[in-house]
Amino acid sequence: MPDIEPIITDVLVVGGGNAALCAAMTAREAGARVLVLESAPKDFRGGNSRHTRNIRYMHHRGNDCLTGPYLEDEFWDDLLQVTGGQTNAQLARLTICESADLGQWMTAHGCHFQPPLRGTLHLARTNAHFLGGGKALMNAYYATASKLGVEIMYGADVRDFEMRDGKFDAAIFEFEDASRKVRAKSVVVASGGFQANLSWLKQCWGEAADNFLIRGSPYDKGRPLRVLLDHGAKPVGDSRQCHAVAIDARAPKFDGGIVTRLDCVSFGIVVNKHVRRFYDEGEDFWPKRYAIWGRLVAQQPHQIGFAIIDSKSMGLFMPSVFPPIEANTIRELAAKLELDPAALETVVTAFNKSVQPGTFDPSILDDCATKELEPPKSHWARPLDTPPFYGYPLRPGITFTYLGITINEKAQVIMQDNRVAPNIFAAGEIMAGNILGQGYLAGFGMTIGTVFGRIAGKEAARFAIDGPAE
Amino acid sequence: MPSTDLLNEAGRIMTICNACRYCEGFCAVYPAMELRRTFSEQDLKYLANLCHNCRGCYYACQYAPPHEFAVNIPKTFSELRLELYPNFTWPGFLAGMFRRNGLLVAMITTLSVAVVVLLAFIFRGPAVVFATHIGENAFYKVVPYLFMVIPFSALALYILATLLIGGARFWRDTGGKLGELVDPHANARAIWDALRLKYLDGGGHGCNYPDDRFSMIRRWFHHLVFYGFMLCLAATTLAAIYDHLLLRGAPYPFYSWPVMLGTVGGLALLVGTGGLLYLKWQMDTVPATARVFGMDVGFLLLLFLTSLTGLLLLILRGTPAMGTLLTVHLGVVGGLFITMPYGKFVHAVYRYLALIRNAIEQSREKT
Repeated sequence: MPDIEPIITDVLVVGGGNAALCAAMTAREAGARVLVLESAPKDFRGGNSRHTRNIRYMHHRGNDCLTGPYLEDEFWDDLLQVTGGQTNAQLARLTICESADLGQWMTAHGCHFQPPLRGTLHLARTNAHFLGGGKALMNAYYATASKLGVEIMYGADVRDFEMRDGKFDAAIFEFEDASRKVRAKSVVVASGGFQANLSWLKQCWGEAADNFLIRGSPYDKGRPLRVLLDHGAKPVGDSRQCHAVAIDARAPKFDGGIVTRLDCVSFGIVVNKHVRRFYDEGEDFWPKRYAIWGRLVAQQPHQIGFAIIDSKSMGLFMPSVFPPIEANTIRELAAKLELDPAALETVVTAFNKSVQPGTFDPSILDDCATKELEPPKSHWARPLDTPPFYGYPLRPGITFTYLGITINEKAQVIMQDNRVAPNIFAAGEIMAGNILGQGYLAGFGMTIGTVFGRIAGKEAARFAIDGPAE
Repeated sequence: MPSTDLLNEAGRIMTICNACRYCEGFCAVYPAMELRRTFSEQDLKYLANLCHNCRGCYYACQYAPPHEFAVNIPKTFSELRLELYPNFTWPGFLAGMFRRNGLLVAMITTLSVAVVVLLAFIFRGPAVVFATHIGENAFYKVVPYLFMVIPFSALALYILATLLIGGARFWRDTGGKLGELVDPHANARAIWDALRLKYLDGGGHGCNYPDDRFSMIRRWFHHLVFYGFMLCLAATTLAAIYDHLLLRGAPYPFYSWPVMLGTVGGLALLVGTGGLLYLKWQMDTVPATARVFGMDVGFLLLLFLTSLTGLLLLILRGTPAMGTLLTVHLGVVGGLFITMPYGKFVHAVYRYLALIRNAIEQSREKT
């Protein structure tokens, strides 16, 4: 047992990213005393929100940072399309409606917006971009929360909850190598997924998980998620599902973020370790396809792939952080990539022969396709014939895991017996699976986090101040 | 030459930034970076001088230290600028002045003051220096007219020559053609950017200076320094016209143009440099390099002392302190002039040229 006196507060917020901060600020503004327990040290605070750069929200008219209106019906259709209908319709509608003009609330809480970045012009109407990106947003929110009087502890790692009569009573956490206890009237769990928990990942994916790269914070271990599940919270989402992108295999194990992405796949071919192509590289625009390539590469032997382009394509995609591996012949390139040179030459020759004449245009689904090739390449297929040739190794990069906690429209956690935990609330990635059953919509994680962070903060403060609603 | 390590480091972090681009909204460096896929030595020299050191990108950076990528643009570019200045310096043997610059500036200024004061005492004697002089030509009774005009005019011409040569070297070293330098549209835009200190506005909310909060305070202090300096320059020029063309010997009454401009300019300089020194005292040192500290502080202190001694001279010119104050003021101005091409002042030249290059590039991009 902790030998230091327990901390007493009204609303405990577990987590330190976007949803956690939105909950903390809202609860504090409602008059509650609030303590935030962020597991990361201050320099790495903010979880995956550090790596974000925009938020999607409903708005009736454009402004200097959004080029036009984005209304409920269109938002709804976009969501249905990516999830294939796998969504809790009530919570999804709530998210969309509550997102109306979120930008104003964010600005009032310190966020600065900017016009869309050059690489994200396709989001110019629907998504508002943070000046400087997600870390700048987190800095602003932490500053605002501090000013409001929210208490924040960094490096505070929650290990267990103490429950009484089906209600939350206290949390046990590690802080500066000691076990501490905080007693609160209500708790908001906004600690994200378990994408940085390598042993948990291994339970789900086996040995393959050793070759996964984690794009976000190494502190997202999912321990509060585990605590909730162990105390009988009802899970939502497939424990084996995650948002995974094909990224540069040379990226660091953790926290490589946006710069490790590779946008060249649709301009060349991709082979696996055995020098076999395994999917149509030109099926659709890259922004619509990068998320499936994470899983595709994860399914290959040793979880690795190699994207190969020639000099015609260099300059057509965003520069990447690691320089391409370069060679003047396909054989030489294969050797540098540690692939079988003869096999790669055969694959490239067969591909080049199958390419049909067409008019190359990266801005449309053009008519450059292959014929009688398996798998085909449907667009942007041009022979790989102009040296130098370039290769990039690819690995699955995990952005976040989908397994989460079931909640209701007040962000209250639902237990396995369908009972409502009256004073346990969840917000952000940990409950995103209620709304995003599958797929992903750019900037929508931030929408869910902000909307449900505010709902959870409001309801948790209400519970702490007024007691249980009868 | 800047060290290869430093150029490699600048190239390494620019490559990371170019794959990220989240900071596009802060300043001109990032849109300029996006015009490139790789970064030559010329590019890095240009980009380092385009950076106004607003530090917005450092606090927003998900790759800032202690992240293993350790991206620290303000610090790296500031180090690079310091290593580049000697490169452009004329004459070359004085390039070493940029090493331990703060100390050198202090020593030269002290020496300059000592020489002027000593000369006054030797050639005029304490009786003259400590006497009260009023009316036309009062200053010249302590320091003779020619002694004021000849050394300072010569120094001014020398400064102009060194800055022109330095600017030409910078332009050549960053791959510019001479014809581009006089492009009227690019100059108009660069002047407009410089006069507003556009890129100290951090995308609209100010610098992250002295700490992680957005603030316009540094921009305002810098405006006070710049416009204060310009007003003092105008006052001096006007005084020269009064003296040589209108043949009215200094000092001038308080309600004359030279004195009014000089007073307002001097006060602005005093507040501006004092404010910048205070902010520097307060600043977060992680996105900064200790190597430039002496140079920055030396220059600010020198400007501060120039305006302080000038204003004191104005207030006390009717008293026996005038002689001492005049000699000290002239000595400090001497120190300022001598060290001008070999200290922080040169940033104005290279930044302005970088703004011209930026204007040329961006307008070319649009067409």
